[in-house]
Amino acid sequence: MPLARLIPCLDVANGRVVKGVNFVGLRDVGDPVELAAFYSDGGADELVFLDIAATPDDVATMTSVIAKVADVLEIPFTVGGGVRSVADATRIIESGADRVSLNSAALASPWLISAIADRYGSQAVVVAIDAGDGVVHTHGGRIATNTATIPWAVEAAERGAGEILLTSIRQDGKRTGFDLELTSAVRSAVSVPVIASGGAGSPEHVAEALRITDAALIASIVHENPMGLPGLRREIENLGINLRPLKERA
Amino acid sequence: MSDVIVVDYGAGNTRSVCAALTHLGHTSEVTSTPEKIERASHVILPGVGSAKSAMEHLNETGAAAALRQRFADEGQILGICLGMQLALDASEEDGGVEGIGLLNGVVTRLDAERVPRLGWALVEPWGDAYYFAHSFAAQSNDVVATSEGITAAVQRGSFLGVQFHPEKSAQAGLDFLERCLSLA
Repeated sequence: MPLARLIPCLDVANGRVVKGVNFVGLRDVGDPVELAAFYSDGGADELVFLDIAATPDDVATMTSVIAKVADVLEIPFTVGGGVRSVADATRIIESGADRVSLNSAALASPWLISAIADRYGSQAVVVAIDAGDGVVHTHGGRIATNTATIPWAVEAAERGAGEILLTSIRQDGKRTGFDLELTSAVRSAVSVPVIASGGAGSPEHVAEALRITDAALIASIVHENPMGLPGLRREIENLGINLRPLKERA
Repeated sequence: MSDVIVVDYGAGNTRSVCAALTHLGHTSEVTSTPEKIERASHVILPGVGSAKSAMEHLNETGAAAALRQRFADEGQILGICLGMQLALDASEEDGGVEGIGLLNGVVTRLDAERVPRLGWALVEPWGDAYYFAHSFAAQSNDVVATSEGITAAVQRGSFLGVQFHPEKSAQAGLDFLERCLSLA
C-alpha cells in the first residue's frame, strides 16, 4: 500500500477561501492559491478544493483559481462542488486539477461517473458520499435519501470511481474523531481507496483513521493553525503512522 | 525554440508538467510536431488520458514515428506514467493497444491491494517517495526501479520512463526532473 495521506480541504466561494482559516503567518489567508502553496510546503500530501458556491458566476472564477493553483502546486489536487456534467469535469481537469469530486450529481446521474472515468481514467474521479444513519445525504448533509451508503459506494466504484471520499455527517464539525465503524465498513466493501472525512480534532483522531484507511481529510484542525501542519504531521508519525518523508529544497 | 518539448497527444492537461519545468527555469512547448520532437534538446512524453486515444493521436500526427527516430538518434526522452507505458510494445488498456515500441515489454492491469494505486510510495533503489496514480503497470526486462514490487521506472538507451508523476511529487519530483534535464 502507498503511504497514508493527509489531505487538507479548502472551502472556496467566489474565488476566496471561506470558513475558519486562521491567518497567523499568512499574507492573505483568503487567497486559495497562497494557502494551497503554504499547505503544500507544510507537507500536505494532496489538497481538496470544494467550491461551495458553484453559481454560474462563480464557475468562471473557480476555473481561474484552478489554473493559478496548478501553476504553483507540485502536489495533486481535487476539485469538487457543482460538478454536474462531463463538460464541468473537462473544464476542471483541463484547467489543471488532477481529479474531480462528484457528489449529488453522481447520485442523480450515476452514468456520469463512467463517462468521466472513460475519458480521464478512474484515478481522476472521486465520488464523495455524505453518509449518516446508513443512508446517503444530499444538500450538505441536510436531506436524507433512500439510498443505502454501502451499496452506493460499491456501485460508484464499479462505475469507475477511483476513490471514495466518505464524510460522516454525524461526526462532521464535531472534532470528536472520525466515524471509524462507517469508514471500515465502506472500505471493506470496495476495492478502491477510501478517504475518511468528518471529525478530526486531534492528531490521535487522524492516526486512528489512518490505521484503518488510506487517507484522512482535515479541515478546522489545520485551518485554525496553518503553521502547525508540519507539527501535526510529526505527531501523527509519532503515533506510528508512516507518512511520506518530506524533502527540503536544496 | 523552447528547450523542453512536451509531446501533445490531445488529452487532458499538461499544465502541471509545464509549471514544474517553468519552476526549474526551463521553457517548454506542448506540441506534436515531428520536427520539433526530433530536434529538441529534451522531450517529455507526459501521462494523461487513455492509451488508445493517445496512440491514435501520436500515430496520426507523426509524433510516434518522430519519437522512434529520436530514440534511434540517442536523443533523451522522459516518459511519465501513461507516457512511459506507451513506449513499450503493447498495453492491455482499452481492449489492447499497440505502443510506440521503444522498449520490450507490455502493460497489464495492476494487481495490487487497492486499484487505482493512489498516493506516495517509496521508489527503490532511489530512496525518495513519489506520487503514483495508476491502474496499469509495465512488465519489462528494462525495469530499473520498483515501488512495492511494482515497476516504477524503465530505462533503455536514451529513454527513461517513470510510473510516478514527478510534476506532482513536490521537492522529490522537482529534484528528479532537474536530474533528467541535466542529462544532455
